[in-house]
Amino acid sequence: MVDRNLKQDPQVPIYRRYLPGTQPTRIYDPYKSTSLRNPAQPLIYMPHTRSEITGPVYGHSEITETDSDLTRQHSGEPLGERIIVSGRVLDEGGRPVPNTLIEIWQANSAGRYRHGCDQHPAPLDPNFSGAGRTLTAHDGTYRFVTIKPGAYPWFNHHNAWRPAHIHFSVFGRAFLSRLITQMYFPGDPLFDYDPIFQSVPDERARQRMISSFDLTTTEPQWAVGYRFDIVLRGPEATPFEP
Amino acid sequence: MEHVPTPSSTVGPFLHLGLTEKHSLTEVAPPAVEGRHIVLRCRILDADGAPVNDAMIEIWQADAQGRYRHPDDPRVNECDPRFLGFGRAATDEEGCCEFRTIMPGVVPAPNGTSQAPHISLAIYSRGILLQLYTRIYFAGDPANEQDPVLVLVPKERRSTLMAVADSSHAGRWLFDIRMRGENETVFFDV
Repeated sequence: MVDRNLKQDPQVPIYRRYLPGTQPTRIYDPYKSTSLRNPAQPLIYMPHTRSEITGPVYGHSEITETDSDLTRQHSGEPLGERIIVSGRVLDEGGRPVPNTLIEIWQANSAGRYRHGCDQHPAPLDPNFSGAGRTLTAHDGTYRFVTIKPGAYPWFNHHNAWRPAHIHFSVFGRAFLSRLITQMYFPGDPLFDYDPIFQSVPDERARQRMISSFDLTTTEPQWAVGYRFDIVLRGPEATPFEP
Repeated sequence: MEHVPTPSSTVGPFLHLGLTEKHSLTEVAPPAVEGRHIVLRCRILDADGAPVNDAMIEIWQADAQGRYRHPDDPRVNECDPRFLGFGRAATDEEGCCEFRTIMPGVVPAPNGTSQAPHISLAIYSRGILLQLYTRIYFAGDPANEQDPVLVLVPKERRSTLMAVADSSHAGRWLFDIRMRGENETVFFDV
């Protein structure tokens, strides 16, 4: 529903709405819990006000060096394939998003989360917590060192397995640019069977969740590099009519 | 080159590991911050009326003078540096979380109009692939009648956006979120 009773505030930057098909379908029947946890009534279209285009500058004082290296958070090294995940955070205009908080969390190499509710009978790794955080640099770049997570089963349907993924949480400039997503690895055979991955209708949009192997960030005799660029909602350079 | 926003995805059931175990933020306004200090208790219920005990709520609000701590707010330099305006917390077994904050002020809107005191809220959980946005207003505030966002909401549904004063705890406000079904909360396309 488009209701234009509330006009766009000329004093606030204009943020574009999502293009059709580029974000997940909120109620996607193959992913069962979506139908219990999303409204039956349509969302009400709200023009952006100062409340939506502002957002927190959060988390800056709490970052330590080992926060972005998940292989160095314990006395020993975690088991599994050491990897480097790096990339840039940009907005829709292609501008870097500097100095913004990125948080990640993930399963260990056996596909097990260090979380009391994870019932998967795979081993925990005493040397791996699976959580990290960092700030983007002035040019929007970031870098994590971690362990490649394993695939793991869930209860959505018979023989359901999640493709290996790392959860990414990014703040960006505004409350409406906030993004929480999952990063996948190239060529995973589980993509076709995963309703969470498939909930994004547009094929090209789905590809944007898949990292790519990156020889330039791969370190000899040390770790394979994967590149994952993230695009956040950002202000338009020119006015836009929805 | 075209830059299209990366698709969102669900936080899943283990969000606490990365987001709230060590980095929840329930004190939105420390005691020294100017304003009317309140406790905001939010509760989430699913389509069956069951508490949602594995969600995360994030809130974002203006200070007592209606200023946001953000460079795009023209009055940002007047803000108290102790007040960030942001909070986040996981819901507990009852589907609840609490924030200690202040009553937000009136926020300027176009053409000399204003928005009633409100708090922006986003919900993340398994089963939610793209965060759900809503707003908390405060029941009984006369400014609600003129609020430019509330007027977009059918009258009979506006009560779903109202926090109500807790008659058993002075200074505490209760906000129930019903994700689906009877008295379903209004969510916004932002």
